[in-house]
Amino acid sequence: MLAHLGTRTLAGAVVVAGVVSLTFLLMRLAPGDPVARLLGPTATPAQLAIQRRVLGLDRPLAAQYAIWLGRFVRGDWGRSIATGRPVRALLGDAVPATLALVGTSLVLSYLLGLAVGAWQAGAGPRIDTALSITTVTLFALPGYWLGLMLVMAFTYWAHWLPAFGAAGLDADGLTLSSRLADRLRHFALPLATLTLIGVGGAARFVRGAMRDVMSQPFVRTAEAKGLTAFQVTRRHVARNASIPIITLIGLSLPALFSGAVFVEAVFAWPGVGRRLVEAVQARDYPVVMAATAVTAVLVVTGNLLTDLGVAWIDPRVRNGTRES
Amino acid sequence: MKRLLRDRRAAFGIGVLVIVAGAALAGPLVSTGRPTLQRDVVATRFLRPLATDHSGSFHPLGTDRFGRDVWTRLVYGARVSLAVGGLAVLLSVVIGVLVGGAAGFWPGPVRTSLLAVTDFVLALPRVVLLLLLAAMARPSAGLVIVVLGLTGWMSVARLVHGEVRSLAVRPFVEGAVALGLPRGRVLVRHVLPNALTPVIVSAALGLGNAIMLEAGLSFLGLGVQPPTPSWGNMIASGRDTLVNAPWVAAAPGIALVLVVVACTLLGDALQDALNPATRYQTAR
Repeated sequence: MLAHLGTRTLAGAVVVAGVVSLTFLLMRLAPGDPVARLLGPTATPAQLAIQRRVLGLDRPLAAQYAIWLGRFVRGDWGRSIATGRPVRALLGDAVPATLALVGTSLVLSYLLGLAVGAWQAGAGPRIDTALSITTVTLFALPGYWLGLMLVMAFTYWAHWLPAFGAAGLDADGLTLSSRLADRLRHFALPLATLTLIGVGGAARFVRGAMRDVMSQPFVRTAEAKGLTAFQVTRRHVARNASIPIITLIGLSLPALFSGAVFVEAVFAWPGVGRRLVEAVQARDYPVVMAATAVTAVLVVTGNLLTDLGVAWIDPRVRNGTRES
Repeated sequence: MKRLLRDRRAAFGIGVLVIVAGAALAGPLVSTGRPTLQRDVVATRFLRPLATDHSGSFHPLGTDRFGRDVWTRLVYGARVSLAVGGLAVLLSVVIGVLVGGAAGFWPGPVRTSLLAVTDFVLALPRVVLLLLLAAMARPSAGLVIVVLGLTGWMSVARLVHGEVRSLAVRPFVEGAVALGLPRGRVLVRHVLPNALTPVIVSAALGLGNAIMLEAGLSFLGLGVQPPTPSWGNMIASGRDTLVNAPWVAAAPGIALVLVVVACTLLGDALQDALNPATRYQTAR
């Protein structure tokens, strides 16, 4: 178990290191000069050269990489070229916002997805088909478009919910309880967007996993020895189906963070995804590097947690007799 | 194939894709033929769907803020979406087959390193990678194809690797090797053709995904650039006029969802037709 966990942690660290190095390389190879962007069209060549030296961009690539890596590991993430703010503060605000959005949507998606998928697996062909069409459609919705449609319905037509941001402009002047309500109202639409799409994917997978287990011989044995349908489902089907489902949660994390990038962009949600999009558009190297690294760490950590979950549920993995 | 067409999911998927591809190919015949045409902007902008403007032109899906016909732009956007998506999937299938084939057929360091690379790329958040690559050069359709191809080959590689590995120990392959054929030739002529069936499923699911991501990149301004219509940049431009002309953003989105659903259902049906044992696969 410990050896298994150790290997996975090591693999995760390699992924993070790889992502960071790749990002560094790509950003430096990319056309588009951040210094020219920073100083504007009136800058003289001399000014450009000085600014480049100040930012350390005149050094060889390997040296820049070594310096950046050393600082990054020590927690000095530099300053945003575009805004001059420290990158750590910039992302420090963003990480909790993204985690709140992605985490809540993950939990809701899987709770609802489990319910819908399990219902479908046991239902007759008509309900199954109707629900399948619904979940396929939900899963096919592009987040940025669904977001816009929800804004149209709930903000412009119904005037119920705000369209963007994480808090109203007047938030600082509100009492604690109304500030909380304001937060929740801003949270509703981005969360609904991500969750609706997530439910589609989760329900589809849960249905498949349940159906797969139901066709196994041991389920027939359980039925034959006289267990009630509920007991069969709970003790034999659900338990075995939960292994691929937990694995899928880990596998769907990159997709969820990817989806969050678009949803954050549409709703101006102050998370890592929006910062990343802005930074990419402005060629803001330090922010792009840090945001990518942070995303990679979040995804890898999530994968490790799902590995732990599988090991906890599946004794074969726990005892090292089977790879997850 | 017969079994496939009897499957309603496959019939729907193929039907939608044929209609969309047909409309895209026959662009000038089914629309005004000029997606960037602007006339008297003030008189023709924000016309509702099914409206006829003062010069007698009919606009089945209305017009956008420049008075451009949304239906025509949708048809020409389909050209971009299908072409970009199709070529991107083709590229990713080629890369995936090469990587997966090599990893499956040459054990030892080749397999280990190729599988490690595959798992590594698979663990990356694809959109983050897309944003990075798209930010590297001037945005264009060609770049989007390359970027989507380079980030979408992993599932194909894993499938092909598995197939090739199980085929490599089969008697007909051992026979071909025993005849003294070079291993590369055995792989290309004898193993790969037998390993390609599951790739079709992956390609169908990948097409929907690629079209969706192309639209996403164009939506963020990192893909196909206006005034060339693409479903993604149409949604982006409709975003600004959501209040007074919601159809501008709604129409391309509905088209997008239809095509992605069609690809997913077709992929599901293909999967069941080819291999009834595996009923579930995730697309993203």
